[in-house]
Amino acid sequence: MSVPRRPIRKLLVANRGEIARRILRCCRERGIASVAVFSDADREAPFVAEADEAVRIGGASAASSYLRGEAVVAAARRTGADAIHPGYGFLSEDAAFGKLCEDAGLAFIGPPPAVLASLGSKIEAKRIAVEAGVPVLPGGMLTGDAATDDRVAAEIGFPVLVKASAGGGGRGMRVVESAQALERAVATARREAARGFGDDTVFLERYLAAPRHVEVQIFGDAHGDVVHLFERECSIQRRHQKILEESPSVAVDEALRERLGAAALAVARAVGYVGAGTVEFLLDGEGGFYFLEVNARLQVEHPVTEALTGLDLVALQLEVAEGAPLPEAARTPLREGHAIEVRLCAEDPAGGLLPTTGTVHRFAVPDVPGVRVDSGVVDGSVVGPHYDSMIAKVIAHGPTREVATARLATALRGLRVDGLRTNRDLLLGVLESDEFRRGITDTRFLERHPPAELARRTGGEGTDRLHALAAALLDQSERRAEAHVLPHVPSGWRNVPSVFQTESFRADGVTIEVEYRFVRGRLEARVNGETLEGVEARVLGPSRIELEVDGVLRRIEVERHGAHAYAQSSLGRSELEVVPRFAEVAAESASGSLCAPMPGTVVRVAAREGEIVEAGADLVVLEAMKMEHHIPAPHRGRVRAVRIRQGDTVAAGQVLVEIEPPEAEESGTAKESPKDAAKESPKDAPKESPKGSMDG
Amino acid sequence: MAVLTSRLDPSAEGFRENACRMREALAQIDAFLEQARAGGGERYVARHRARGKLLARERIERLLDRDSPFLELSPLAANGTEYVVGASVVTGVGVVRDVECVIVAHDPTVRGGATNPYSLKKGMRAMDIARQNRLPMIQLVESGGADLPRQAEIFVPGGATFRNLTQLSAMGIPTIALVFGNATAGGAYLPGLCDYAVFVQGRAKVFLGGPPLVKMATGEVADDEELGGAEMHSRVSGVADFLARDEEDALRLGRDIVARLNWRKRGPGPSLPADEPLYDPEELLGLAAMDLKQPIDVREVIARIVDGSRFDEWKPLYGPSLVTGWASIHGFPIGILANHRGVLFSEEAEKAAQFIQLANQSAVPLVFLQNTTGYMVGKDYEQRGMIKDGAKMINAVANSRVPHVTLVLGSSYGAGNYGMCGRAYDPRFLFSWPNSKTAVMGPQQLAGVLSIVAREAAESAGRPYDDEKDAEMRRFVEAQIERESLALYNTALLYDDGIIDPRDSRTVLGIALSACHSAEVGGTPGYGVFRM
Repeated sequence: MSVPRRPIRKLLVANRGEIARRILRCCRERGIASVAVFSDADREAPFVAEADEAVRIGGASAASSYLRGEAVVAAARRTGADAIHPGYGFLSEDAAFGKLCEDAGLAFIGPPPAVLASLGSKIEAKRIAVEAGVPVLPGGMLTGDAATDDRVAAEIGFPVLVKASAGGGGRGMRVVESAQALERAVATARREAARGFGDDTVFLERYLAAPRHVEVQIFGDAHGDVVHLFERECSIQRRHQKILEESPSVAVDEALRERLGAAALAVARAVGYVGAGTVEFLLDGEGGFYFLEVNARLQVEHPVTEALTGLDLVALQLEVAEGAPLPEAARTPLREGHAIEVRLCAEDPAGGLLPTTGTVHRFAVPDVPGVRVDSGVVDGSVVGPHYDSMIAKVIAHGPTREVATARLATALRGLRVDGLRTNRDLLLGVLESDEFRRGITDTRFLERHPPAELARRTGGEGTDRLHALAAALLDQSERRAEAHVLPHVPSGWRNVPSVFQTESFRADGVTIEVEYRFVRGRLEARVNGETLEGVEARVLGPSRIELEVDGVLRRIEVERHGAHAYAQSSLGRSELEVVPRFAEVAAESASGSLCAPMPGTVVRVAAREGEIVEAGADLVVLEAMKMEHHIPAPHRGRVRAVRIRQGDTVAAGQVLVEIEPPEAEESGTAKESPKDAAKESPKDAPKESPKGSMDG
Repeated sequence: MAVLTSRLDPSAEGFRENACRMREALAQIDAFLEQARAGGGERYVARHRARGKLLARERIERLLDRDSPFLELSPLAANGTEYVVGASVVTGVGVVRDVECVIVAHDPTVRGGATNPYSLKKGMRAMDIARQNRLPMIQLVESGGADLPRQAEIFVPGGATFRNLTQLSAMGIPTIALVFGNATAGGAYLPGLCDYAVFVQGRAKVFLGGPPLVKMATGEVADDEELGGAEMHSRVSGVADFLARDEEDALRLGRDIVARLNWRKRGPGPSLPADEPLYDPEELLGLAAMDLKQPIDVREVIARIVDGSRFDEWKPLYGPSLVTGWASIHGFPIGILANHRGVLFSEEAEKAAQFIQLANQSAVPLVFLQNTTGYMVGKDYEQRGMIKDGAKMINAVANSRVPHVTLVLGSSYGAGNYGMCGRAYDPRFLFSWPNSKTAVMGPQQLAGVLSIVAREAAESAGRPYDDEKDAEMRRFVEAQIERESLALYNTALLYDDGIIDPRDSRTVLGIALSACHSAEVGGTPGYGVFRM
C-alpha cells in the first residue's frame, strides 16, 4: 500500500497545560511551526508563550473554548496550520471534530473519525473485542425494565458495575452491591450520563473486587501496520482516575505480556487502528484479563513508555500522520529498566482530594538522574478552577523498580510548588508504602490507604518550628544585606544586650515566635520560649541556610513570596505566614455621634432611625460656605438616633446622627465568605469539562 | 598599601594573664550593666509591665530596625553614686528606617523616670552627639520631671534641654517625641518643642500643671484627661500630631515619621573595602594590659581593628613613640594617632600636629588611640621647648574640624589626655577600655609629688617631717587617685561615652564613624598661632 507523504509544516495544538507544552517541544525539535489556542483563563499560561503563534478561542470554561471544534479549526485556518494535535481529553476522541478537520483539509493527529466513532461507544468497543476473540467482563445491556434488568444483573453476579456507554475518566460509573439497590442506581446513572455526556445509555458489567488496571500501548500506521509497545500498569487511582503509572507491571510476566499484546493488536486490527492508542484491560489476579476499552489518543502516561523504549511517541504520531510507515525502532521495540510516572495535582490530600487553586510562586524540581518533568506551570503560574487539577507529571526511569521508585521519591521530596497545595505528599506516601514496594498495587489501593493518612508527613509542629527559625534567620540575613547604613556591623550588635530579635510566623493557624541574637558570632535562639541548645547557622544563599541543632546539620530552603515563606528540608515542608512586625491598624471606626464639621444648614437627611447603613453611605448633607458637605457613615452600623431635621441650622460640633455597630447576628448574615465560594468551585469543575480531559 | 604583620604570641604567659584579668574586669562590668538593665528593680518593673507597658530598652528595640546595631551610651552613668546605675535614662545611637538617630528613653521604673543630675548630664550629652553629628533625635518620653529634692542641681542647668531641642530643630536636625506616659510641668515642653509628637492614647499625660496645682493656682477643678490627655492634645490643643492606639502603635508611627524625613547623610560615607582584620579581635583581650606599666604594642591593636589590617604608617621613623598613619574602619577612611610608648616628646608632638593638619587638608576623620603618660618633663626637654611643641599639638587638635573619635586603651595622664583629644577636646565620641585610667598623673607620682612638696615645706619651715605620717598620706592619696582614675569611676561621671569590651572596638568605632558621616566631613580653615 502506498500512501503519499504529506509533511506537516505548521501544527496547531488544540490543548493546554503540560501536554500542549509537550507537543510544542516536539514541534521545536522537528522544525515545525506551532500554533497554540487558548482560553481567556490561559492567556498567561506558559504554553501560550512557547508557541510561535497563539489564537484566543473563547472564555474560561472548556465548553466555550477548548471544546469548540469549529473555533479550533477556524484558528488553524487563520494561522495557516496544516495539522491539529488534540492532545488528550477535550476534542481528542471526538469523531465529529476529526471529521471537521478532515473536511477543512487539516491533518488530525489521531485515528480516522470512523475509528473514533466505533471506539467512542464502550458497548460498541466491547462488541468489537468479543468479535476479535478478546475476553471481556460479563455484562449486559439494560432495558429499562426492572425485572429484565434484575435478571441480567443476577446473571452477571453482584456486585455489579453500572457504566455509562459514553462515559470516561471514572465518571458515570457506580458499583451496585445488591439487587435492591439496582433500580435506583441505574436511574441515577442514566440521569448523570444524560447530563454529563448527552447520552443516557448505560450498561452492566461484572465488578471485580481488587483488579489491576493494565493497559497496552498500541501504534498503527497508515500502511496497515500496527504494533504494541508493552504494557503500563495504572492501578493506583482515586475516584477512578489514575495518579501513578508504571511499566513493566509487576503482575505481568512474559507470557501474559505476550497474550495482552496479542489481544490489544487483535482489537486494533479489527478497527484498522492508526496512530497512538491504548487498549485497557483489567487483571483479575488469577491470570485472567478482560478488555475494558480503547483510548484512541495519546495517553497522559505516555512518557512511561517513552522512558522504557526510548521512543518519542509524539514524534511518532506526527510521522504517522505525515504518512510515514512505522520506523524499525517501533516495529521491534526494546524495553529497558523500569519507569514510573506520578501525576502532580492541585488537590488537597488532607481535604478529601478536593481541587485547590492558587499561585505557584515557585516551581522547581531537583536535578535527579533519570527524572523527567512535564509541567504545565512555571514560577508565577496561576492555577484556577476551570480545568483538570493536574499541573505536572514527574517520571523516573531506572534500571530496576527500586531505583526508579527511589529516584522519583527523591525528586518529589525536593520538588518546590510554593503557594499551591498539591497531592505531592500523597504521591510520596504511595511510593514509600510497604505495599507499593511489594508491588501490591490494585485499584483498591487508596481505599486501603486513605489519602489523608498516606500524605501525613513526619515532623509536624517541630518541623514548622525549625523551619520558622530558618526563615527568621534568612530574613535577618537579607535585612543586613539590604541595610543602607552599617551593613557590615555584626547583626543585631549590642554593647548592652537585653532582649532578643523576634519574628513571628503562623503555620496552620499556630503562632510560632522565633527569638534569636548573636553574641560574638554565636547564635542564641529560642522558639516559642524554648531555648535551642547548640544551634549554629550558616547562610548559604538568599534562600538556603544550613542549620545545626542538637548535633544534626540540615540544609533548609526557604522561599519568600510576599507574606509567605515556604520552607523545605529533610524534615519535610512548612508553609509559614509571616506575622507583620507591627499590627496593622484597622481603619478608625469612630462609633457614636457624628458631629457637624462646621456651622451650616441641613439640606438633606438620608439617615433613618433603626436602619442599617453601610460604611461610606451618606447620612446627612450640610450646606456651609456655599458648599455641600456630605457626612458619611464611618462604618457599617445601625442608626440609633437622628438629631436634626432638614432645614435646621447647626453649630460646629453639634451632634447630627448617632450610629452604633450592628448586632452580632447581623454581621453573620453578611455576604458569602470567600471560604464558601471556594467550596463551590469543585462542584462546578466537572461541569466545565464534560468530556474528561484527564482520563486515560 | 601596607598590611600589618602580627608578632603576637597568644600562648605567652603575659598575654594569657592579661586576657584572664581582662575577662574578670569584663565580668565585673557585666554585673554593673545587669544593674542598669534591671532599672528600678523587680517590683517596679513588674508594676510597669502589669500596666501593659514596655520597658525603656524594649521600646528602643521595637523602634530600631530589626537586626541593626544599637550603641548604648554611658550605660554605667551614676554608677557608685546614690542613684541607680544608668541614671534612669537610656541613650544611644541606633538605626531607624535606615536613618541613624540618637535615641533617648526615660526609664519610668526608676523613680517614675525622674531626672537627677546624672540623667540631666547624660541627656545633654546625647543632645551634643545629635548636634555635632547631625543625627535626628528621638525621645521616648515618660518622666515625672525633675527629682524634686535635687531640684537645685537640675532646675537651672536643665533649662538648656529645651533650648537645645529647639536649636537642633533650627539646625535642620529633626526632633521627635513619642510620649508614653507622664511628661508634666517642664517635661511638657519636650513634646512641645519637638518637630513631631506622638501621644499614646489613654497613657500620655502632658500638662504644665496637674489637677492639684491648677486647683491651687486658680481654683479651677479639672481632671488629668482635660488638662493633658492624649485625645485632648490630638483633637483640641494640637500639641500632639498623632494619636497612637498603644505603645507599639506609637513606635510604628515614630518609625514612619523617620521614614518620611527624606533624610540624607551629608558625609561622603564609606569609600573603602570593609573586610575584617586579618587577626582575631579576641586577642585584644590579652593585648590590653591591666597593669599599665606594661607597654601595649599599639600596631597589634591596630591590626585587630582596621579593615584588612591595612595600615599605611606615616613618618614611621620620626617620633616613634607616636604611631600615625592611614587606615579604614568599616570602609570609612581614617587617620590614626596612637601612643606607642607612653611618653610624648617634642618630635611626637610636632609629628602629631603635622598629621592632624594633613587629615584636615584631606577631610579624613581621626581616631586617637590613647595610652599616654603625658609630655616629657626634665631640663633637656624643657630647654628644647617641650611646651612649644606640646602647644602645637594641642592647638592642632583643638582647632581641627574633622571628626575625632577617641579610644582610651590604657593610660590617659596629664596633658597627654588633652593632646590626644580627651573629653575636654570634644571628640565626637570617646570610649574606654576597662583597664584604662585617666588622671592628671599616675597615683604613685601624684602621691610622691605631694610628699616631696610637703617635705620641702616642712624643711623650709624648719619643722621635722613625720615619715610615718608621710607613708600613710601617700597610701591614702594613692588609693584615692587610683580609685578616681579608674575607667569605672570616669564613666560614672560621664567623662566618656562608655566602657567597651576591647573586642568590640572595631564595631564601636565603625558605628561612631558612620554617625560622624551624618554631618559634613571637612577640615578646618585655620588654626591658632603656632608657637614656633
